[in-house]
Amino acid sequence: MRVTTGLRWLSSVACAAVLVASGSAVAQKTQLTVYTALETDQLKAYQEGFNKVHPDIELTWVRDSTGIITAKIMAEKAAPKADVIMGVAATSLAIFEQEGMLLPYAPAGLSRIAPEYRDPKNPPTWVGMDVWGATICFNTVEAAKRGIPKPETWKDLTKPIYKGQVVMPHPASSGTGYFDVTAWLQMFGEAEGWKFMDGLHENIAQYMHSGSRPCAAAAAGEFVVGISFEYRANREKARGAPIDLVFPKEGLGWDLEAIGIVKTSTKLDAAKKLADWAVSDAAMALYANNFAIVAVPALSKPLPNVPADYASRLAKNDFAWAAKNRDKILAEWSKRYESKAAPK
Amino acid sequence: MADSPVPDALRIEAVHKAFGSFVALQSIDLAITPGEMVCFVGPSGCGKTTLLRIIAGLEMQTSGRVIQNGRDVSHAPPAARDYGIVFQSYALFPNLTIAANVAYGLVNRRRPRAEVAARVTELLALVGLPDAGTKYPGQLSGGQQQRIALARALATSPSLLLLDEPLSALDAKVRERLRGEIRALQQRLKVTTVMVTHDQEEALSMSDRVVVMRQGSIEQIGTPQDVYERPATPFVADFLGKVSVLKGVSAGGGYFRVGEVDLDLGVDGFAPGDPVRIYLRPEDRHLEGDLAQMPNRLRGQVRHIEYLGTVCLASVQCAALGQTMLVSMSLNQLHDLDIRAGTDLDFALRVDRVRVFAESTVR
Amino acid sequence: MTATATGTAAAVQRVRATGALLQESLAVHGGLWLLATGLLVFLTLPLATLLIRSFEDKAGVFIGIANFVQYVQSPALARSTGNTLVFAFLTTLLTIPLAFVFAYAIQRSCIPGKGLWRSIALIPILAPSLLAALSFIYLFGNQGALKFMLGWVGLSTIYGLPGIVLAMSFAAFPHAVMILLAALALSDARLYEAAEALGTSRWRRFVTITLPGAKYGLISAAMVVFTMAVSEFGVPKVIGGNYPVLAIDIYKQVIGQQNFQMGAVVGLVLLLPAVVAFLVDRQVRRKQKALLTARSVPYSPRRSPVRDRLLLAYVLLVAVAMMAVMGMAVFGSFVKFWPYNLSLTLAHYTFGFAEAGVEHAYRNSLVLATWCAVLGAAITFAGAYWVEKTRGADWLRPLIRFQALLPMAVPGLVLGIGYILFFNNPSNPLHVLYGTMTILVICTVIHFYSSSHLTAMTALNQLDGEFESVSASLKVPFYKTFWRVTVPVCLPTALDIGHYFFVNAMTTISAVVFLYSPKTTLAAISILQLDEAGAIGSAAAMASLIMATSAIVTVITLGIENLLLRRTQRWRVAART
Repeated sequence: MRVTTGLRWLSSVACAAVLVASGSAVAQKTQLTVYTALETDQLKAYQEGFNKVHPDIELTWVRDSTGIITAKIMAEKAAPKADVIMGVAATSLAIFEQEGMLLPYAPAGLSRIAPEYRDPKNPPTWVGMDVWGATICFNTVEAAKRGIPKPETWKDLTKPIYKGQVVMPHPASSGTGYFDVTAWLQMFGEAEGWKFMDGLHENIAQYMHSGSRPCAAAAAGEFVVGISFEYRANREKARGAPIDLVFPKEGLGWDLEAIGIVKTSTKLDAAKKLADWAVSDAAMALYANNFAIVAVPALSKPLPNVPADYASRLAKNDFAWAAKNRDKILAEWSKRYESKAAPK
Repeated sequence: MADSPVPDALRIEAVHKAFGSFVALQSIDLAITPGEMVCFVGPSGCGKTTLLRIIAGLEMQTSGRVIQNGRDVSHAPPAARDYGIVFQSYALFPNLTIAANVAYGLVNRRRPRAEVAARVTELLALVGLPDAGTKYPGQLSGGQQQRIALARALATSPSLLLLDEPLSALDAKVRERLRGEIRALQQRLKVTTVMVTHDQEEALSMSDRVVVMRQGSIEQIGTPQDVYERPATPFVADFLGKVSVLKGVSAGGGYFRVGEVDLDLGVDGFAPGDPVRIYLRPEDRHLEGDLAQMPNRLRGQVRHIEYLGTVCLASVQCAALGQTMLVSMSLNQLHDLDIRAGTDLDFALRVDRVRVFAESTVR
Repeated sequence: MTATATGTAAAVQRVRATGALLQESLAVHGGLWLLATGLLVFLTLPLATLLIRSFEDKAGVFIGIANFVQYVQSPALARSTGNTLVFAFLTTLLTIPLAFVFAYAIQRSCIPGKGLWRSIALIPILAPSLLAALSFIYLFGNQGALKFMLGWVGLSTIYGLPGIVLAMSFAAFPHAVMILLAALALSDARLYEAAEALGTSRWRRFVTITLPGAKYGLISAAMVVFTMAVSEFGVPKVIGGNYPVLAIDIYKQVIGQQNFQMGAVVGLVLLLPAVVAFLVDRQVRRKQKALLTARSVPYSPRRSPVRDRLLLAYVLLVAVAMMAVMGMAVFGSFVKFWPYNLSLTLAHYTFGFAEAGVEHAYRNSLVLATWCAVLGAAITFAGAYWVEKTRGADWLRPLIRFQALLPMAVPGLVLGIGYILFFNNPSNPLHVLYGTMTILVICTVIHFYSSSHLTAMTALNQLDGEFESVSASLKVPFYKTFWRVTVPVCLPTALDIGHYFFVNAMTTISAVVFLYSPKTTLAAISILQLDEAGAIGSAAAMASLIMATSAIVTVITLGIENLLLRRTQRWRVAART
């Protein structure tokens, strides 16, 4: 009873605080910090697949939308916290490559990967996992109510009948949004591309902050047309949403979900194991459940609701160009569509 | 006092207290002998409570010393001083029983349980509430609560008892009764006691000595009789009891001219022509007897009579003085002499207790 | 006993007393220093960092006001500033009259069921503001059950300004009602009696007595609602459509673009209206205090059939509307596929959370809320006691008092950014806290410190101010009296504070949205994530779960308080009479 009651109380508070702090730092397995923009509903399967092969490596996911994860990695450039970047747009990985943040590494079985789905350098700094591409979610029930025709092309969406009925992802936040914009600029040419977006902007009800949200909104009938990507579109349709998947004729924006190793990682062995697994057949089989095209073309399998000629519909995409001009394109986009009053 | 064999129970030497630029107390000197009961009295803001809190160590003086039983406690925290205290608000712990409240300071001294219980019983009996032990403070009346607070303060047998306006929150009847009880208890226990009050009647009726304070200074220290009958300053005269103040001029030889009258007050020390104020208590008058043989006879018209119970107070307009005086009389006199509003009243001044102050000393 | 023996005994006693005194002064000074240091490190330094970083470039070089110039010249940001003010102003304009009439009906009329109406009005406090946003989508979204009603007021869509104003008003309503209930409770019946005696008409009495009497309450409520709206993040995110506001900008700058300097600038801009509102409110509250004297006679309303019936109808309407908003989100959380498949399911609660990877978020929130309740109540209560009731180290006290009130003027988002900037700096030894549950607990306790501190202070000031003096005179150290008297007497207040922390920790988003890590995602934040992933059913499920949890904890708290009051009834009831 030497210590006074008051002081005893204080010390117990302090102890408790320390306990809370230390509670999260106990581990014996190798912990690999993986930054990702993968959908949360995909993560679990991938993690289980990897741990079947490497139970001694624990993956700690830091997940956010493409824009946010990209900004985060750039902000941490001086002292990166990530060991591996997995399931992030190739456009973003190309930026990190240009910044010299990635480790050149040829994962086992690299030769199976289609040449257009990997960093052309040898050894590559990033390797693609699968392709995800633009898809329009079109709500047939609401369209019928309003007498709105199904769009066939991107340019159809600029018609007045779609006014206030189109939602798309915000290109600064969402990788899907960004490849939509870059695809339009590459397919239509810069001047024509911006003109198209000016017209589209007149019909846009909202720019949303994830690639999934527009399709979910269309699925729930909030809006008729949601510009999204095929994985989410299929999920919503499978849940019973009255939507059709539309793949506009001009060509589809797309990007690769890719993996790269952060050069400064102190756990390169474990990181390489993850990279090796990510291009393995087992991993490709998991990707193929979600995406129609995987990086090893032979392992792609058709998805319901996705046309057989999906691969040929993808627009030509220059990742290096999209990466290099990212800041410029986003600034121009923001200037055009964010600083003027919201359309009704 | 330095050669006194027993040290003073409490000595205050040149205590000064300032709150920022406001001077709350200035150069207070005071010595209290063991077993004495002293009252600090004065209007609010006079510094009496501050002085008590400095004695208790609840406030720290800006300069000066506080010496208790020969020990310098000027900078000792409250717990290192030896006193019990009772506040106006009682400050009884509401969630503890009366017994636990009284035992509060005893339990901390790790006395045996039985001893504590015995002491609590003794104290409760002492304050006249022997059966209150199991009750809670909220179940007692204000007067009872204050008695418990007193018991709690006395429990540890402190050498000094501090009472901070202990009766102010109580009804008039209870207040009067408790006055006597506290004083009797104090005299029985012979505990040195300092009480703060703004009620002059309380101060006069309870204490051995009264300390009259005003604006941070002591105006007068003395027995109740001293301060009432021989107030040292106009303020003391005015503050304690009722008083009529006559404006006049010294006429020399103990005579003072008020209005058209020369009063023989037998007071020296004023040069002829000095303007003065003459302080008279309402009871400083003769109403009966051979008025004609008495000096300083006056006549005036009764304007108004205030009934105060056993005593009545008449406002009398004296044409000769050109001023109004207060004259007190018993109810019997009122009837016997047939004094009513509007009648004339003859009386003579009693000058043995009259106080005359130079005009310049009156603030 | 000989004189020597007495002297020795006294000396021993004195030595023992000195030891105890040393301990006591250590406890006082230690406590005050700890409190001052804690507030400095976890409040003032993060805010100072925010201020400093707003004058630096990315590399940390001082660049003066260049960031501010860039902010002013950026049209998108300037537009958000205007939008935020319009949004906050409209929310205030809508909420205050609704809340005033509601509070007036409860305090100044004779309608039946006052307790029920009051409870219903306060329920939104238990839910995250996002619940309202989700409900309004269910109700007035393009597939909304009541969408046709939008046309009545000339609106074509709920997304954007209409949605955020409505949802925010719903979330802010109980806060305004609480303040106005208090303001209308304080009124001097003698004024009304005097007016009536003079033959003053009812309307004139309302205008000349009631309104002026409630004036400060009205201003105070308006300021609280305005500040809430200015710093609200979740509602604009979910139902804001293309109506950008400052709070969203901050998030975009800091999280979306990792542009901390610009985030700091926007944070400071956001701080401005909040600080102004805070100062006005402080001023007003001080005046309110002076308005009533101890001698005031409480007013009790008399029956008036017409007025009472009208007010009852109004209160009923509001209550039904509130229940509808809350009920809609709960209903939505059980609907399989809104609006096409209305069969009921639990899937959003089970499968939905797992699919989005937020199944641990709810548990995290419970952990956070429990820690905040326990630590928050203990720290604010002990802190208020240290500041108000102990003696010594007087120069520290004003410093602590100021810092204790500061969080009230700091929007959660601003606090959150301050935390990122301060703790996410590898050279800061406290960097280890970053990303842990600990920092979430600390940040949340600090965020809601002011109200709790004030509540604790009010309770403590109701105690007799001389308890500590009496203890000192009895040579009982202050902490013993704290345990034996202060804590038991104030236990109901301490419970209230704990409950306040719990509920706010369950529902808060604004500060912690910058601080959570993948392992410490919180339930309220997961609503945003679920909404972003398009899982609106699961978002509604999480919001409902939070509301249910808060409600259960509220019921438990009330139960404990009741029990406590009954157990201590003997002295409490006695003390009141």
